[in-house]
Amino acid sequence: MECILKLDGLEKAFGGLRVTASVSFSVKEGELSAIIGPNGAGKTTLFNQITGHLLPDRGKITFVGEDITGLSPQQIVKRGMGRAFQITSIFPEETVLENVRMACLSRRDEALSYFRPVHRFKEATDQAFAILESLGLHQQADRPAFELAHGDQKLLDIGMALGLEPKLLLLDEPTAGMSPDERQLTRDLIRRMWKEFNLTLIFIEHDMDTVFGIAQTVRVLQLGALLAEGTPDQIRSNPQVITAYLGEDLA
Amino acid sequence: MERDTDLKQAVLWLVVFAAFALVPVATASKYHLLLAAHILLWGLFAVAFNMLWGVTGMLSFGQALYFGLGAYSVGLMVKHVGPGWFLPGLGLGLVCSVILSLAVGLLIIRVSGVFFTVLTLAFGQLAWQITFRWYHFTGGDDGVQGIIPPGILGNGLVYYYFILILVALAIWLMHRLSQSPMGVLLRCVRQNPSRVPFLGQSVRFSQLRIYVVSSFFAALAGSLMAGADNSIHTDMLYWTTSGEVILMSVLGGIGQFFGPFIGAGVLIVLQDVMGAKTEYWPLMIGIVMMVMVLLLPRGLVGEFQALRVRLKSLVASR
Ligand SMILES: Nc1ncnc2c1ncn2[C@@H]1O[C@H](COP(=O)(O)OP(=O)(O)OP(=O)(O)O)[C@@H](O)[C@H]1O
Ligand SMILES: [Mg+2]
Repeated sequence: MECILKLDGLEKAFGGLRVTASVSFSVKEGELSAIIGPNGAGKTTLFNQITGHLLPDRGKITFVGEDITGLSPQQIVKRGMGRAFQITSIFPEETVLENVRMACLSRRDEALSYFRPVHRFKEATDQAFAILESLGLHQQADRPAFELAHGDQKLLDIGMALGLEPKLLLLDEPTAGMSPDERQLTRDLIRRMWKEFNLTLIFIEHDMDTVFGIAQTVRVLQLGALLAEGTPDQIRSNPQVITAYLGEDLA
Repeated sequence: MERDTDLKQAVLWLVVFAAFALVPVATASKYHLLLAAHILLWGLFAVAFNMLWGVTGMLSFGQALYFGLGAYSVGLMVKHVGPGWFLPGLGLGLVCSVILSLAVGLLIIRVSGVFFTVLTLAFGQLAWQITFRWYHFTGGDDGVQGIIPPGILGNGLVYYYFILILVALAIWLMHRLSQSPMGVLLRCVRQNPSRVPFLGQSVRFSQLRIYVVSSFFAALAGSLMAGADNSIHTDMLYWTTSGEVILMSVLGGIGQFFGPFIGAGVLIVLQDVMGAKTEYWPLMIGIVMMVMVLLLPRGLVGEFQALRVRLKSLVASR
């Protein structure tokens, strides 16, 4: 399998605080992987650099064989990377459908059309509706997004990323703030999305059931550095990881 | 359902257009015709302004700059070149408004929030100062009088219909824009700008685009105003003119496309009725605005819509 994303000696510091400490790893195309690590380990900051939101101090990011270090988020999105946020980030006054349709329009280079009413963009509308259906949000399509329950808003955030038809999808704590039942559903959903849309998917997660339940590869960040990388079984039995993060109960 | 709303909209458009078209039939008074023209032109200006503020969330306190630019292009062309140069002046004003708004926009759109507002105010006041001081070119505080549209447009009635058609066309174009993907994108820029880049779109470019569009139509309103009033004056560039469209938008409702147009109509009629009866007009306007902001924050059109939705759900729940 090809490698779709490659990080080479990535470095980032905020003031004196080293938040990304020479991180290097490669992600294989089609892989479903997780990043774990204690609060403040630098997981979100890593996503921020991969997606062009933050410029790394040093190092190189390669995406689909191209050096994307220093490109803007828009440019990186156009190359096929989608992202959902730790703190849900949607357009609250727009309808659920409109939120996803905006992404679909953007993907089709129709987002800047200024004359034809948006509902007449049939392909983008159908695609948005199909995404809402696979997320189970289609019955709420016409509601303003702010009215959705927290868990559904998180799904909508993911739905917007899916509308971009990304090759690589990054999810930052997709099950955060969800009830155990919702977690179970979201976990199944992530796996289904991953297959249905042929994604390479990386998610950050604190919920170990989700991580060890669906990830093929797990990477552990600690104090900005990559502490370990391997299959769930390897990570579970890695003594360093156990002392640093997982604790006794998983040992 | 969506075709249904399309039809409803078309009917509404027709009704409003017909109402304005019938004004000259309903009244022979030149004064009333001028009042109707003012509603149209201020309405256009306010709708264009609200594409910036209500839709995209960019509160410009300096759109008088472009309104005045349009007016002065026409006025100065007529004054310095000749009375036949009214329409070329109008064209020049529109071209200049695009160039200037691009240049100013590139400079000031990098800042956001209140800093953007202050910068727009600064540029507006700068233009006002220059116009005010440069007496032998602009006529300074005296402005320019006797601006008569050329040929058949010199007829007040013809000119009124000329305005009506251009304003209707301009507002229709902006209405299309507001319902298009670009319109949605602009609303997204207001609601959550940090998400927009991650959908592959640029916040700055979107803001720049609508800044230019809004300024273009402000200039159109200004240049047509020069012909309606047969004169221009530095007040057209003053910050109070920028403030006027803010008031109109608040009054009508910034969340609705037609809110600012209704706001312009109500404000101008009120001003006409009350201004004639009381010298406390500015005080009255202050009270009206206070009531609007405190009690009816969604504006006249917005509150009306909200009421309709509430009644509908009340009926539905029976
Ligand atoms: N823009 C910023 N400026 C300064 N410090 C920052 C910034 N963003 C993050 N940090 C700091 O960098 C460190 C890593 O933050 P980050 O959000 O990447 O952690 P995380 O691993 O995602 O944690 P969590 O699990 O709580 O989400 C934290 O100490 C945080 O306070
Ligand atoms: Mg985080």
